[in-house]
Amino acid sequence: MEQIGIYTVPVIVVFIVLFGAARKVNVFEGFCEGVKEGAGSLISVAPSLMGLIVGVTMLSASGFFDILTDALSPACEAVGFPCEVLPLGLMRPVTGSGSFAVLSDIFDKYGADSVIGRTASVMAGSTETTFYAIAVYYGSVGLKKTRHTIPAALLADMTGMVSAVLCVRFFG
Amino acid sequence: MLNIVWTVILVLSFLSAAVSGRMTELSASAVSGADKAVKLVVSMAGTMCFWSGVMKIAEKSRLTDIMSKAMYPVLKRLMPEHRDNARAMAAVSANITANILGLGNAATPLGITAMKEMKKSSPLKDAPDNGMVMFVVLNTASVQLIPSTIAALRQAAGSVQPYDILTYVWTASVLALLAGVIAAKLMSGRRPYSKTIRG
Repeated sequence: MEQIGIYTVPVIVVFIVLFGAARKVNVFEGFCEGVKEGAGSLISVAPSLMGLIVGVTMLSASGFFDILTDALSPACEAVGFPCEVLPLGLMRPVTGSGSFAVLSDIFDKYGADSVIGRTASVMAGSTETTFYAIAVYYGSVGLKKTRHTIPAALLADMTGMVSAVLCVRFFG
Repeated sequence: MLNIVWTVILVLSFLSAAVSGRMTELSASAVSGADKAVKLVVSMAGTMCFWSGVMKIAEKSRLTDIMSKAMYPVLKRLMPEHRDNARAMAAVSANITANILGLGNAATPLGITAMKEMKKSSPLKDAPDNGMVMFVVLNTASVQLIPSTIAALRQAAGSVQPYDILTYVWTASVLALLAGVIAAKLMSGRRPYSKTIRG
């Protein structure tokens, strides 16, 4: 499992570059163009990221997460769910920037390589900003009803979160 | 939506600080949070830009097109209502590919095109048909090859191996995707507008 992890990044990068070269693409130019685009999109999310990081830092300093965790820890312990990642689970379906702010707060508190930090990373990586996506896509064609979209999407998110907890618990 | 979320966050912070007597910490955190945000954006920039660059090569060399084509047969089965709507299916598969490669900028416009194309052939006025629901569920449970934002955040937080969670992320994402797809199929099954709508 760990070996796959070590090889993945270099293999993907080299594969994509070689594939591009084989197709006669100017890979370096393409790379630079992408970097520019990446910088642009980082700058465009920076204000909302900043707002939410300030918000989440304040929320964390105010002791809200402790209150929340204390209140829900009996329920969490009963089902074996790490309570510390609960704020992430609540934030994730609503806002991307907000969940990244919470993730960063979790890393500051427990460490990125701790069990909690790793669980939170996998959780954030395997789920999406469900409500945001629903709002954007249905909004774009003027649909008000969503039928079974929300239950199905939330079930997917919950499955991702539970799988994240189990993966880190069993494989380290 | 963020408008409400942000307001709630700030009000909750104030209330919790008042209850737990941490007003001093709260007042310091407004400044330290802003400071942290700037540092974080700067330290994330490298990783984010790097992956954006690599994935741009994939896009330029039309690796995305090959992946889209490979996905076509699967997607047709998932949304049979639109299987003969070539423009919708092309946009759907291009959107899913963009999501897998983490091309966020490309994914959303493609997704909107897909929705518009599907809407044209849908007999329902104010509700999505099963294919549209399936498409949105696929998007909300999307599998990403390199979760670059998370890797960037881990890197910024001093992780020794920011990418060592990759295999778990894939496993959990695929399971989430399967759960979403199965749920969407099962929940659409007995409703009146579940029948194939074409021609």
